[in-house]
Amino acid sequence: MPTNKLKTAFSSVGCFFSKTLSIAAMDVRKLRHDPAELITRAVQPALWLLVFGEVFARVHIIPTGNLSYLSFMAPGILAQSVLFIAIFFGITVIWERDLGIIHKFLVSPTPREALVLGKALSAGVRALSQVVIIYVLAVLIGVGINWNPINLTLVAVVAVIASAAFSTFSLIIASVVKTRERFMGIGQILTMPLFFASNAIYPLSMMPSWLQAVAQVNPLTYTVDALRGLMIVGGTSVYGVGLDMLVLFVSMTALIIIGAKLYPKVIV
Amino acid sequence: MFILTTEHLTRRFKDLTAVDDLTISVEEGEIFGLLGPNGAGKSTAIKMITTLLPPTSGRVSVGGFDLAHDANKIRRLIGYVPQILSADGTLTARENLTVFASLYDIPRKERSKRIDESLALMELTEASDKLVKNYSGGMIRRLEIAQSMLHRPKVLFLDEPTIGLDPVGRKAVWDHIQKLRDNFGTTIFLTTHYMEEADKLCSRVAIMHLGKLAVVGVPADLKMSLQLDNATLEDVFTHYTGGALDRGDSYREARATRRTAKRLG
Repeated sequence: MPTNKLKTAFSSVGCFFSKTLSIAAMDVRKLRHDPAELITRAVQPALWLLVFGEVFARVHIIPTGNLSYLSFMAPGILAQSVLFIAIFFGITVIWERDLGIIHKFLVSPTPREALVLGKALSAGVRALSQVVIIYVLAVLIGVGINWNPINLTLVAVVAVIASAAFSTFSLIIASVVKTRERFMGIGQILTMPLFFASNAIYPLSMMPSWLQAVAQVNPLTYTVDALRGLMIVGGTSVYGVGLDMLVLFVSMTALIIIGAKLYPKVIV
Repeated sequence: MFILTTEHLTRRFKDLTAVDDLTISVEEGEIFGLLGPNGAGKSTAIKMITTLLPPTSGRVSVGGFDLAHDANKIRRLIGYVPQILSADGTLTARENLTVFASLYDIPRKERSKRIDESLALMELTEASDKLVKNYSGGMIRRLEIAQSMLHRPKVLFLDEPTIGLDPVGRKAVWDHIQKLRDNFGTTIFLTTHYMEEADKLCSRVAIMHLGKLAVVGVPADLKMSLQLDNATLEDVFTHYTGGALDRGDSYREARATRRTAKRLG
């Protein structure tokens, strides 16, 4: 009976998402038990905006159109802080492997994609706290924020998807390298190139053409571009927010499919 | 009837054959002990049977399902408590259980009832809303057993269930394991270093040495076969493993054991 098949299909899709949400909810509960880490995460973006941003705003060497440099930079720093947190997400994979938690996830009848997506979404929730922190900092330094509720919602969506994509990338690295030491080394090697080869603190037009090419395949560029169109008064996106979000969504999906293949290997 | 069988199960890592041609059968409802010195291949064997590690060759069948084709069906039939204390210390017992109730497809309506029952069975009801990091080692172990039993598995795998526990905690875990077998007819497959434990709990034991099966049988029969006065299972173990020399790859294992011991304080 085709209707029965349809029913089974629906219920297994339902199961998939309910398991995904349980995994994500587990991590969010941990955050509630110990919220201190949320506060320490405010330090780095504050330094970038208050020190780097204020200095570069005075020298006027970066062409930012009719935006002030601080307004130009604020979405870039939001994307950066999302990236910097997500890229070290893999350390929790290694930690949970050492604790045997991953073993227990993997012996349960849970699709591997649901495990990886659940972890990615929990990283996404952490990104939301960064959104709040950056908005507060941006208001303090006088950046004009676009308070339209649709824009606010889309900023949250972009932050969650970008964070999910980068944290899954990190999960893949952790699954392959397997040890804390090697993982930290690679994480540190990756963060700065991803950040500098993007439009976070200067526009692509300033870059030499080889760097532009790199920046154009860097998902961070699309994150910044979308945020720049959504977050600030007078901000525009170069590629269009729709295309940016599509690129991010496709990257996230591809990474999750790869992650689901590699995640079970972290325990070997 | 056999609920679990392995045939010529083998796993190689580069130049090391961790499990070499292991063929065993476990009967429904028995407590089966897999014994052996560090590095004998016990944990590798358990990881293969519990679908965590693909075998290099050989077959595994659990509850009539073949590992190679129906891993996900096997996952619904089994529960697994890893050697390391794996309950999440930053969550409460109830929260630890809630996640797995969902992962094991326990219907939403039944979840809280099932969780309460499991907590009561393992005598953790009073502490259920405290963070697990404040638990004693024996309590954490019991929580993990509760969690692996939520979906009423047919076979429960326990990898070194009493390692690092004090005698009181160890006794409590033993009692609870026996209770599971008596109440639910759960087949129990455990590995252990402690011969006294194996002798007391297991209806049959298999001794592994250097990845191979050395001997399998009822503890009383094995002791008798040595033709020694008052032979213990320890003597049987020494007889078949030649004094339990450690093998090279146990560094990680030793580190994990120490870490477990440290968490137990």
